[in-house]
Amino acid sequence: METLHGIIQYLQESIALLGDNLPLLLQGIGYTVALTLLGYGFALILGTVLAVCRVSPIPPLRWASAVYVEIFRNIPLLSLLILIAFGLPDVGLLLPYFWCGVLGLTLSSGAFVCENVRSGINTVPVGHAEAARSIGLGFFGTLRFVVLPQAFRAMVQPLVNVFIGTVIGSALCSAIAVSEITWVTQTLNIQSGRAVVMFLVAGAVYLGMSLGGAALGGVIERAVAPGGTGRCAPAPRST
Amino acid sequence: MSNSATQVLFDAPGPKGRRRILLLSILSVLAIAGLLAAGLWQFHANGQLDPNKWVVYLRADYLAFLGQGLWGTLKVTAAAAVVAFPFGLLLALARLSRSSLLRAIAITWIEFFRGIPMLLVVYAFLLALPAFGVTFPRFWMLVIPMILVSSAATAEVFRAGIKAVDRGQHEAAAAIGLSRRDAMASVVLPQAVRLVLPSLILALVTLLKDSTLGYVVSYNELQFQGKTLVSITRYLVQTYLVVSVIYIVINLLLTRIALALDARMKARAVAS
Repeated sequence: METLHGIIQYLQESIALLGDNLPLLLQGIGYTVALTLLGYGFALILGTVLAVCRVSPIPPLRWASAVYVEIFRNIPLLSLLILIAFGLPDVGLLLPYFWCGVLGLTLSSGAFVCENVRSGINTVPVGHAEAARSIGLGFFGTLRFVVLPQAFRAMVQPLVNVFIGTVIGSALCSAIAVSEITWVTQTLNIQSGRAVVMFLVAGAVYLGMSLGGAALGGVIERAVAPGGTGRCAPAPRST
Repeated sequence: MSNSATQVLFDAPGPKGRRRILLLSILSVLAIAGLLAAGLWQFHANGQLDPNKWVVYLRADYLAFLGQGLWGTLKVTAAAAVVAFPFGLLLALARLSRSSLLRAIAITWIEFFRGIPMLLVVYAFLLALPAFGVTFPRFWMLVIPMILVSSAATAEVFRAGIKAVDRGQHEAAAAIGLSRRDAMASVVLPQAVRLVLPSLILALVTLLKDSTLGYVVSYNELQFQGKTLVSITRYLVQTYLVVSVIYIVINLLLTRIALALDARMKARAVAS
């Protein structure tokens, strides 16, 4: 009875604590969502541009894109965020910490998007690109109308993984003083000493976003699967 | 590589095409050089190109200080890998086992630690557990979260490897009378482990990156050592650049090894 009473009291106090700090928590969730969506959105654009450069006939663009990917795939995200947030002010580039976080996530996730788009392009059978070339489509025409729409199917799952990486990476922005959900819950944790409930809140936010992203990815994958739209015959299964 | 779509996106260019490519190449080189020059100018305009702010990183004591950090990074990464990789293999086997209880535990573990940030796990050891009177040395406050998170990721790597072993190998093992356990231990696993070796090296790169969270727990690894150095020299951008470059070089080497290994295996698979 003692312990049960204790648990109920703990729960009541925890709920009261959450209620008192609701605006702060909501703000933290908002920052986490904003960091993730902005970082991932920009990364998709940047990564696609880099991938197009990577397969283009212009050597310097291919090299530049390759060098970019090697650098930003191999730098730890935390090092990158610290460099941007605390290093760049030294060279006169002052960004608000939130945008430092978005920039870091974009630069880092962009490299992974580029790699996945490129390997997605490589999954398209070579005959399709040849056929597109032979009916007179140019570099951009082949990419835009034949290769990329097909490559997109193979890219959905890897891009979902990049999304989850961005969700998880956004937590590191708390190390550069962005008041996202990890920062908020740990600050409240230190103030109140109620660790369990704070970890539950933060964990729920991240798991919810990761699983939500994965579920959305599944929906998109089915929607773009061959035959899924009913407009074309299902492609023969390759063994 | 000869039959990938990227090879045929454009024709072998004619004289006109070659001229256009040359022109575009020159333009893009100029654009890239312009970007780099603008970056350097920004450094110069703020006095950050002053040689005095850079040569300190060639002084023996500074290098020794950073080397100490690098040693810490390597120690932490190795310790985490030594525990996390075998543990990941066990998790993968549990996830593929016939016992539904084992499967459920493994799946929960894997999905949980793949879905939450490692920083949160670090905070659990740094802030939450001490409140319950459980404290660890700083080394373990960093290494245990790394193990937990990496074990979940490597479990998926091993699972993919086990699934990639040809079905016929299971059947052949069963045909010569090996039990399920023996077949796994002496036929499937040796092949699976070889298959996943490149992915394991990439998991090592991830561990090395995760070790930067020593910055949060104040363990003397490279990123934290950089922070300490900054508090002495006040050369923020220089220190953090040097630290980042060290990470990039190490990870680049590891990635290269993984790719070379992967290419060798593919070549061998084609040859046999």
